[in-house]
Amino acid sequence: MKQFLYFIRKELYHLLRDRRTLFILFGMPMAQILIFGFALTNEVKNSRIAVLDNAKDEASTSIVHRLEASRYFDIVKNLGSNADLQPAFQEGQIRLAVVFPEQFQSQLLHGHSAPIQLIADATDPNVATTLANYATAIIMDYQHDMPGFVDFPYTINTEFRMLYNPQLKGSYSFVPGVMAMILMLVGAMMTSISIVKEKELGTMEVILVSPIVPIRVILAKMVPYLLLSMVNIASILLISVYIMDVPINGSMPLLVFECFLFALTALALGLLISSISNSQQVAMLISLMGLFLPTVMFSGFMFPVENMPVPLQVLSNIVPAKWFYYIVKDVMIKGTGMETVWKETLVLTGMLVVLLAISIKKFKTRLE
Amino acid sequence: MNREAAISVSHLTKRFGDFTAVDRITFDVGKGEIFGFLGANGAGKTTAMRMLCGLSLPTSGRAQVAGFDLYKESEKIKKNIGYMSQKFSLYEDLTIRENNRFYGGIYGLTNQQIKDKTQFMLEYLRLEGKADTLVRALPLGWKQKLSFSVAMVHDPKIVFLDEPTGGVDPVTRREFWTMIYEAAHRGTTVFVTTHYMDEAEYCDRVSIMVDGRIEALDTPARLTGQYNAKGMEEVFVQLARKAKRNDG
Repeated sequence: MKQFLYFIRKELYHLLRDRRTLFILFGMPMAQILIFGFALTNEVKNSRIAVLDNAKDEASTSIVHRLEASRYFDIVKNLGSNADLQPAFQEGQIRLAVVFPEQFQSQLLHGHSAPIQLIADATDPNVATTLANYATAIIMDYQHDMPGFVDFPYTINTEFRMLYNPQLKGSYSFVPGVMAMILMLVGAMMTSISIVKEKELGTMEVILVSPIVPIRVILAKMVPYLLLSMVNIASILLISVYIMDVPINGSMPLLVFECFLFALTALALGLLISSISNSQQVAMLISLMGLFLPTVMFSGFMFPVENMPVPLQVLSNIVPAKWFYYIVKDVMIKGTGMETVWKETLVLTGMLVVLLAISIKKFKTRLE
Repeated sequence: MNREAAISVSHLTKRFGDFTAVDRITFDVGKGEIFGFLGANGAGKTTAMRMLCGLSLPTSGRAQVAGFDLYKESEKIKKNIGYMSQKFSLYEDLTIRENNRFYGGIYGLTNQQIKDKTQFMLEYLRLEGKADTLVRALPLGWKQKLSFSVAMVHDPKIVFLDEPTGGVDPVTRREFWTMIYEAAHRGTTVFVTTHYMDEAEYCDRVSIMVDGRIEALDTPARLTGQYNAKGMEEVFVQLARKAKRNDG
């Protein structure tokens, strides 16, 4: 046991003396949260739109006011005719045009339908869809508030309610994503580098000649990075709650436990990488290409897994971050408990056990 | 096999696929002896040494190190040997004291023992006042001497030195060999590889490996006589020329 403590102490010295790396490791989560929160947001705000109001009656004006008042839209142009539409889009001034037909109000009050045309610039399809949805919601709202609305007994209303995230905040989905990314990076990359470094330096030989049991070497390498991971989790959660206004709806102990589990899985992956690479560059490359990219792509926080081709969906199951992302979303945002995430937790635990078993077996006690 | 010997090796062999790196070597090293283990690059001496340290498993043959069987009692062997690798093996971002504490710690020394050892070592190497200096800041000669002292921190019965004086200036080499003599005088068996033939002359006995086999083994004086040579350098060159392998 004392051997083990001496080893951990030495690892902590390495970690604390490398100021630059330490700074990156602590700074990275904060930087990422802030960048994702304030710069790389997929929310659409203040989009420039145009209105082509052929009716100019009370109903159309009222809807235009509502559009104008919303924080999503800025009406930058009032178009005179259909012919102005194309140039406005081509000049790139607007992303959406709202077109009212003539006699919009009388059609609405007397006819069966009153069409409004939404024309969106779909060069960026996601933004286009989002804008169309926002506009639709505002128009529906207007219809809902119309006097005598109840007199339309046969009108079918589609009503959206955004559960758990009524304001559709992007931060609700990227906080769990950033947590997965950081834990993967700190855990897997740093652990693998720290072991491979000793191989490069030649100190590993000396350690292997000594009577210390290999499993203790492995554990001593893991402890400091596990601590670091938990510190990072704490800082991410603090920023999320106090700066990004992302609530922690579920149980805190459960969330911490799940983070701990995922951090361990990342460390086990790091050990595995260290046993198959002989230089720090190789270890870093494998960590980035083999772990970091799949974490970003397949965890579901940037690209929805449901939209991927079936083979990729199947492949995404071996990415630990996917399961962790589900768990954190459920526990943190939805506020559910173990009863909804036990399956994912079990999968992660299984991965951890298998990875640890393989990496301990592969950790070479003899240098061949 | 000689039970009294510090190291006793019989027909030890290591094959990597078709390649026989070490071919049935047999020798004994006495207690307190300084044993020079020579050979050209690629002759197999590092592989042989690694087998004796438990870093590499032999393909066949038998060996006892410090009285323990290489196959069955490797844990006991590890407690009784020290090892200084070709590469510099101290942590540059740790101080002298911290390096010593770490290596002492993994050999199971108590805090007091580690303290005493560190004190002794600093005085011995005349590095008083440098205990809290990062190893990175020391000149290479000091580092090598320090490395040797750290390999000796747990008072091993046998110490394995793999080209300990590579790249070191002649004065420091001389000092280093003084340290080796003193260690041997205290009863430690020293097993050393080197490419410097003047160093070979300092050894009690030397063996010369060619193509994985031990071609000659005796005291430097007798080897020089036997090969009708002026010094170990000539003996070595005569033997090494016979090599068929010429890989780096």
